[in-house]
Amino acid sequence: MNKLAKKIDSAKSKWEKLNDNKEPIVYIGAASCGRAAGALELKEGVKTFLDENKKSARIIEVGCIGPCYLEPLVDIKMPGQPRVSYNNVNAKMLGMILKSHFIDGVPHKKLALGHFGADDLEGIRRFFDLPMLKPQVRIVLRNCGFIDPEEIDQYLAVDGYQGFMKTLRSTPEDVIAVVRQAGLRGRGGAGFPTFRKWTVCREAPGEQKYLICNADEGDPGAFMNRSLIESDPHAVLEGMLIAGYAIGASKGIVYIRAEYPLAIDRLKRAIGHMREYGLLGKNILGSDFTFDIKIKEGAGAFVCGEETALIGSIEGKRGMPKSRPPFPAISGLFQSPTIINNVETLGTLPNILRNGPEWYTRFGKEGNRGTKTFSLVGKIRRPGLIEVQLGTTLREIIFDIGGGVQKNFKAIQTGGPSGGCLSEEFLDLTVDYESLASAGSIMGSGGLIVMDEDTCIVDLAKYFLDFTQKESCGKCVPCRVGTRHILEILQRITDGEGNPDDLLALRTLGDTIKKGALCGLGQTAPNPVLTTLRYFRNEYLEHIKDHRCRATVCKPLIEYRVIKEKCTGCQSCVRVCPTGAITGPRSEPHNLDVSKCIKCRSCYEVCRYEAIAGDAIVIRTAEKQS
Amino acid sequence: MPEQIQKILGKHGRGPDELIPILQDVQAAFGYIGEESVKAISRYLRISENQIYGVSSFYAQFRFTEPGRHGIKVCLGTACHVRGGSTLLDSLEHGLGIHCGETTVDKRFDVDRVACLGCCALSPVVQIDRDIYSRMTVNKLTELLKNYE
Repeated sequence: MNKLAKKIDSAKSKWEKLNDNKEPIVYIGAASCGRAAGALELKEGVKTFLDENKKSARIIEVGCIGPCYLEPLVDIKMPGQPRVSYNNVNAKMLGMILKSHFIDGVPHKKLALGHFGADDLEGIRRFFDLPMLKPQVRIVLRNCGFIDPEEIDQYLAVDGYQGFMKTLRSTPEDVIAVVRQAGLRGRGGAGFPTFRKWTVCREAPGEQKYLICNADEGDPGAFMNRSLIESDPHAVLEGMLIAGYAIGASKGIVYIRAEYPLAIDRLKRAIGHMREYGLLGKNILGSDFTFDIKIKEGAGAFVCGEETALIGSIEGKRGMPKSRPPFPAISGLFQSPTIINNVETLGTLPNILRNGPEWYTRFGKEGNRGTKTFSLVGKIRRPGLIEVQLGTTLREIIFDIGGGVQKNFKAIQTGGPSGGCLSEEFLDLTVDYESLASAGSIMGSGGLIVMDEDTCIVDLAKYFLDFTQKESCGKCVPCRVGTRHILEILQRITDGEGNPDDLLALRTLGDTIKKGALCGLGQTAPNPVLTTLRYFRNEYLEHIKDHRCRATVCKPLIEYRVIKEKCTGCQSCVRVCPTGAITGPRSEPHNLDVSKCIKCRSCYEVCRYEAIAGDAIVIRTAEKQS
Repeated sequence: MPEQIQKILGKHGRGPDELIPILQDVQAAFGYIGEESVKAISRYLRISENQIYGVSSFYAQFRFTEPGRHGIKVCLGTACHVRGGSTLLDSLEHGLGIHCGETTVDKRFDVDRVACLGCCALSPVVQIDRDIYSRMTVNKLTELLKNYE
């Protein structure tokens, strides 16, 4: 304990020195999404500027602070000034910003997004007063964007591993009691009380017990876990130490998607640092607690998010679920008692242990304590990673935080492919496990996908079923055959060949799969179909009876046309058409041969963004062929 | 090739849970799981080749044919789907004359779909080799491919 105490002291003084800085700091948001938006090029740009102008500054790559739509984000903190954040930075802006700070000595007021100081900075708002940030409560994400995820010292300086040290001073039973009082429920989606699962495992006989961190974030449209691990890996790892201590495990495994290379790198580095600091291995910090953590990369199978399938995958088998009981808490990995906790559940634990359960119960509502992170994406104005108290309404999330929808709001999908699609009438529904279930959806791991009038609901249902059908492991008949049947019917409907009986068939199939499937994947697979049938029945009927897709998405039901009156004959579309369907001499309205058109959208895009007319090409309901 | 496989195998134990990590290392080294590799793994772990194919074909990550020089992965996560990811894939398949999961005859590209790259706020995204390109359109993608030989 003493050795670590010294390290913490030095980490804290290093952190203090960094923050009342003599040296300027440039923070660059460089999680995967920031990188995709060009963060690393900006980092090079900063270095070049500093070299050319003979200035020095500390450049820190931080994680994701949340508002992804503002990526790439660059923040600058000059000595004696608060940290100022700039959004959607490109090379030209970067030059202006750096010049302003480093040469003129003032923030670039026009370009600044917000600052992180306590007081007002003239003309610049506080970052956390921005409409997207203000309603949020950051517990799990508290360090994201603020510390260097590759430096254990920075995590230690912001009270990292304090929760674990408190844990070591308590008995495992006390730790479980704290988690019970906090009311923490599994953040993987089902919301099972964490303490109950732990108690079963703690009491199960067996020498060897395992703790697995489920980072197999397979939900398409969800990236909360990736962001957390990339931005604050130690929070998750500290959570693993706490959970491991509580259940009596000596081995921890992080099961993480191979598609997240940066997250894996950061975990590996963080684990290395833990070992160096004596936070892993035998008799950690002089206690009786022995624990080690290994990383296992998933190999791309959605079903491996299911506990028993995940265990199969770690054992080197096909990741197929098993029937339960026995539950993994009694007989799991290599037949030993095993607890599988989600990344976010684990990332919450250090906060609960550090601040106490009473503090945690201040957030959320009765039965649904604390906060939940969501990835808010789709047709929303301000997509990003958010954290809100349980009990917040969908309306607050979509309109206050997300800034509303670009066109008219149509639906929101919660819980990914296993969840449901909710219509406008549910906007005042509070986000908690029970309310979402009562509407036929689920909380899920935290993907929120917003759709506007340009999204076809039937196509969306087909998309999800296509996904679950492909990811079905094939073990049980209801899921293997049932999802296939549903998909075929949906395909028919979106091809304009559905018949009215199809809707009843979808209902029946859906109900049967829900009741009969072996695991969570199958039991929830029909949710997107059942909820859309319930709340958007008219759209199904339009496809079937009128052969009409009102969102102009379903290809067999739409066609592309050139509006002669608007076309200026600029030939932009002629150049991009891959099939030669558009012809016409320059300066005369073009002709689009519908029989050659493959509806690839190239001409539509070009007309809107690059051509002269802008709206001469339209997508509309195809004329009926009799 | 055989020495390289032996080198990979030497880094792993012989327990059945080593199979997937070995397959991942083999794929990282060669780009795919070849017949020779399967035979070598079979001897090393003392499990049948069938079992190895059974496990490896279950997971989307593994491929059994030599990949093209550049791997294109079109993200079909939900956010990318509602913002036109599947249209990107369609036009890519049409433009390159191959289907998803195939490699062009000149071995320049192979095209795959991926369930989600986790960059949903920048959708639709396409990954080429290790680079992720955000907010793609059909025409931007066509232009982009010209940078890859």
